[in-house]
Amino acid sequence: MAEEIKAHITGVVFQVTTKPGDTVAAGDPVIVLESMKMEIPVEAPRAGAVKEIRVREGQTVQEGDTVALLE
Amino acid sequence: MFRRVLVANRGEIARRIFRGCRARGLATVAVYSEVDRDAPHVAEADHAVAIGPAPARESYLDIERILAAARESGADAIHPGYGFLSENWRFAEACAGAGLIFIGPSPAAIRAMGDKTEARRRMAAAGVPVVPGSSEPVADAAAAAEVAAAVGYPVILKAAAGGGGIGMARAAHAGDLAAAHATATRRAQAAFGRAEIYVERYLEGARHVEVQVFGDATGTVVHMHERECSIQRRHQKLVEESPAPNLPPAVKQGLTEAAVAGARAIGYVNAGTLEFLVNDHGFYFLEMNTRLQVEHPVTEEVTGLDLVAAQLDVAAGAPLPWPQDAIVQRGAAIEARVYAEDPARHFLPSPGTISRLALPSGPGVRVESGVVEGSVVSVHYDPLLFKLIASGADRARALERLARALDACAVEGVKTTLPLLRTIAAHPDFRRGALHTQMIEQGAFNG
Repeated sequence: MAEEIKAHITGVVFQVTTKPGDTVAAGDPVIVLESMKMEIPVEAPRAGAVKEIRVREGQTVQEGDTVALLE
Repeated sequence: MFRRVLVANRGEIARRIFRGCRARGLATVAVYSEVDRDAPHVAEADHAVAIGPAPARESYLDIERILAAARESGADAIHPGYGFLSENWRFAEACAGAGLIFIGPSPAAIRAMGDKTEARRRMAAAGVPVVPGSSEPVADAAAAAEVAAAVGYPVILKAAAGGGGIGMARAAHAGDLAAAHATATRRAQAAFGRAEIYVERYLEGARHVEVQVFGDATGTVVHMHERECSIQRRHQKLVEESPAPNLPPAVKQGLTEAAVAGARAIGYVNAGTLEFLVNDHGFYFLEMNTRLQVEHPVTEEVTGLDLVAAQLDVAAGAPLPWPQDAIVQRGAAIEARVYAEDPARHFLPSPGTISRLALPSGPGVRVESGVVEGSVVSVHYDPLLFKLIASGADRARALERLARALDACAVEGVKTTLPLLRTIAAHPDFRRGALHTQMIEQGAFNG
C-alpha cells in the first residue's frame, strides 16, 4: 500500500531530491520546498522506496497537498 | 537634486522610505509584483508601476524591469531598501549608468563589503579586529579543516558572496566538518550563485552588537551608536535595542571607533552598519551591511534623527546634517519583529491571509507595518509583517511599553512570532539584559 507524503507547509518546490525507485530512511528529505526565503525539506515519514514524485521544481504546493508516494 | 524617488522594495520598508521622501517634499514611485497589486505600499505612493510576476527573480530582483519602471514613471533616484537589490553592486552601477541617483553607497563599497573575505581583509588592514578565520575562501573541505584546526572548534562556514546570516553551517568538531562544508557550499550556490566558502571560529555565548555609521561625500564619517541584536533565530534577528544593555563603556568606545575607522578606510558614503560579535575577550568584526537596516528605527528613536531623510540628503550631495557631537543617545528603544512564522513549529513559515489585525499605539510606541487587514502573506517574500518599536526614558520603561504593545497586538489568519516575543519581553534574562546569540536555539524562552 503506497503512502502519500504531504507538504506540511505552503511553498514553492525548490528541489526534488529523490526519484522513483530511491530508497529513503525515515526523516530523509524527499523534496525541498522554498517558502518565505527558507528551504524546508519534506521528509519521508518512514523508511521505504519512493514510488512516485507528484511535483516538479518551481511548482507551488499548498499545505496538505500530496507531493510524493512512498511504497 | 532629484525630485522623484522610486523605491525598489515592498512591505514595511517601502512605506517607511516613502514617509522619508514626503518629509523632504519628494514624489514617490512604488513598484509591485502581480501578487502585491493591492499591497499598502502601492496605494501609498504617488505613482505605481507593475514589474512582473510574483517570484522575486522576475520582479523585485529584475534590474531591467526596475530601471524600466523608473524611466516610465519619471523617477530620477532609486532607494533599494533592504534585501532584494540593496547590496547588489551591479544594480547600483546600472542605476548610475541609467542616469539615476542610487540612494546608498558607491558600487565599489558595496562590492568590497559584499565579498565577505575581502571585507575581513579590508577591515583587518584598517585595524578592526575580525573573527579568527580564513582571509580567503577555502578551496575544499580539506582546506577548511586546516583553517578550523588552526583557529579551533567550533567553527562556522559561511558563503564568501553571502551575508545576512543566510546559508551558514556549523561544525562542532573535526568529524562534522566535511558535512558542514558540503551543506554550506550547496546553500551558498543556491542562495548567492557562488559556492565559495570561508571559515570562522564560532564564538559561543557571544553577543551580536552592531554600529550604525553614516558617511557623506566630503569624507566625513560619524557613528550613530550601537544596537544590540543578539535575540536571533536561524542567525536572523528578532529583537534589537539601543543602547546595548550592560555594555562596558570601554567596549562601546572601542566598537564605535573601530566602526568609524573601518567605514573611513573604504571611503564609505551614506548609511551602513558594521556588525560585531562581543564576548568577554573583546569584539570581532563579522560583516558590513551597505544599506539601511531593518532595525534602523531603534537608532532613530534614541537619537531623534531621521536616517532615511539623511540618506536622501547625502545622496543629493549634501553634507551630513549633523556632526558627531550632535548625535546623542537618549533613553532606550527596543524593536520586536513580528514574522509570519510559527515559533511552536521551529519557525515554519506561515503564509495566508490576515483576517484580523490590531496594532498598538500610544506614547513611545511606533509601528512599521507592511500589511493591513486582508493582506495576503505570500510564500514568495520575506515573512516580516510588522515591527514594533517601543522607547522610553530608560530600558525598563521601554520594556514595559514593549510588553504592553505586544499584548495589544492581534493577528489572525497566519501564525506569528508574537507569542514568543511576549515570552522574551517577560523573561528574567532578557529583562536584566543578559543576552547572547544562541538563547532561542538553546531553548532559553521555552516553557
